[in-house]
Amino acid sequence: MTDWTTDEMMTIAAARTLREGAVCFVGIGVPSTAANLARRTHAPNLVLIYESGTLGAKPDTLPLSIGDGILAETADAVISVPEVFNYWLQPGRVDIGFLAAAQIDEFANINTTVIGDDYRNPKVRLPGAGGAPEIAASCREVIVVVRQTRRAFVPRVDFITSVGFGRGAGDRERLGLLGSGPRCVITDLGILEPDPVTCALTLTKLHPGATIEAATAATGWDLAVADDVTTTAPPTDEELAILRMLEATKGRKQ
Amino acid sequence: MATIGPLADAIAELVGDGDTVAMEGFTHLIPFAAGHEVIRQRRRDLTLVRMTPDVIYDQLIGAGCASKLVFSWGGNPGVGSLHRFRDAVSNAWPAPLELEEHSHAGMANRYVAGASGLPFAVLRGYVGTDLIAQTPNIKAIVCPFTGEVLTAVPALRPDVTIIHAQRADRAGNVQMWGITGVQKEAVLAAKRSLVTVEEIVDELPPQPGAVVLPTWALTRVAHVPGGAHPSYAHGFSTRDNDFYVAWDAVSRERETFTKWLDENI
Repeated sequence: MTDWTTDEMMTIAAARTLREGAVCFVGIGVPSTAANLARRTHAPNLVLIYESGTLGAKPDTLPLSIGDGILAETADAVISVPEVFNYWLQPGRVDIGFLAAAQIDEFANINTTVIGDDYRNPKVRLPGAGGAPEIAASCREVIVVVRQTRRAFVPRVDFITSVGFGRGAGDRERLGLLGSGPRCVITDLGILEPDPVTCALTLTKLHPGATIEAATAATGWDLAVADDVTTTAPPTDEELAILRMLEATKGRKQ
Repeated sequence: MATIGPLADAIAELVGDGDTVAMEGFTHLIPFAAGHEVIRQRRRDLTLVRMTPDVIYDQLIGAGCASKLVFSWGGNPGVGSLHRFRDAVSNAWPAPLELEEHSHAGMANRYVAGASGLPFAVLRGYVGTDLIAQTPNIKAIVCPFTGEVLTAVPALRPDVTIIHAQRADRAGNVQMWGITGVQKEAVLAAKRSLVTVEEIVDELPPQPGAVVLPTWALTRVAHVPGGAHPSYAHGFSTRDNDFYVAWDAVSRERETFTKWLDENI
């Protein structure tokens, strides 16, 4: 199987970053798809937590929302929403927070609130924060999945909904945030990782067929590029088959 | 003791113009039928409170019931944006909508504080975000024991909280299970409450993991089978995901929305 889309590559690359056995706080959309793909491939014991209060959900079909019945039916425990945030997320019991973004900047700060400078009179009103600010603060590490375009990859986000590295190295420590912040940003073109010294996002991997020029052109700031950019392995037949099966069952009634 | 009676009577008695109203249900058990009755009774100037103002509040906002929204995530889960919510924020149609915006952790803790009879809740949250500058009631607070700086948010005390549950008995004790979200806290935080239920039974059967709200903690119970549709009631129905997907087109334009409202509510 050689025929795959860049969105499929993005989801598969995201799934590969999830370690077997990790506890993962999952948002809906690509994060949920990728986490369920990982659970069916290399990480059968990945623990999925959805903010609706389903701890250890093991859905057979892909949910459309974070509260589909299949999540409650297959969970190790169903708990209240205050408990999710207070007992499980806040003290740092979750390994990986998995977030999407409307805008992201060089220091991996995320905006899902408004596009435009004026909060009271926005160009585009987005859904808002949900669980993201505290997920970004308190998970041991964060993985972000977002398509790479100049509209999304901006020098400075219009609104900081969830903190990545603030204005640079040392900001998370100054703010007293528990987790270590974004480990990587996975896009349809490649993978960006924070520079170990400056925390600025740096292109470290390209997906097959993508180029440094394309990644630079799709970024609204002067994108740092690693000396040794490697190429992501293309999707395997197994990954593609499972991903397509999952997408086909999304939101399907049980 | 809760009064068991018709939904229309409950809304007429419990929800007044200008009230602060919370309708909770986290994807599951959303009290849609009660929301529709609020629209039918043409309530105005409501402060609507809800962690995830999804399709139910899109309908209430589009119908002109609300002047303020207190929330943490406003979208159609898994589908996209709420077009009536956006139109109200961007174009004040059909009425201006003031926003008070939080995170889920903040909203959940505000309900916990309200249910606990406390003036505020403490959490590790919001730090470094721009929400602090836009929402005046997110404040820093110093721990009196360790000196650590944390975040405080005020208790939510709705005039009325409305939820949907699977069952009540004839005395008005309510039982719900599956994803129970923040409903217990939202009911206990409110001055008055209404629970719509799928069925009323002689005796509540034992149900592992169930939340029970005793009749003396509730104001009204109404028998409304299917009252959560297009959301669902675990054990009774499944989420009508097709409706949520179709809502995107229905709600996109004012004309199609108004037509839907006229024909269905």
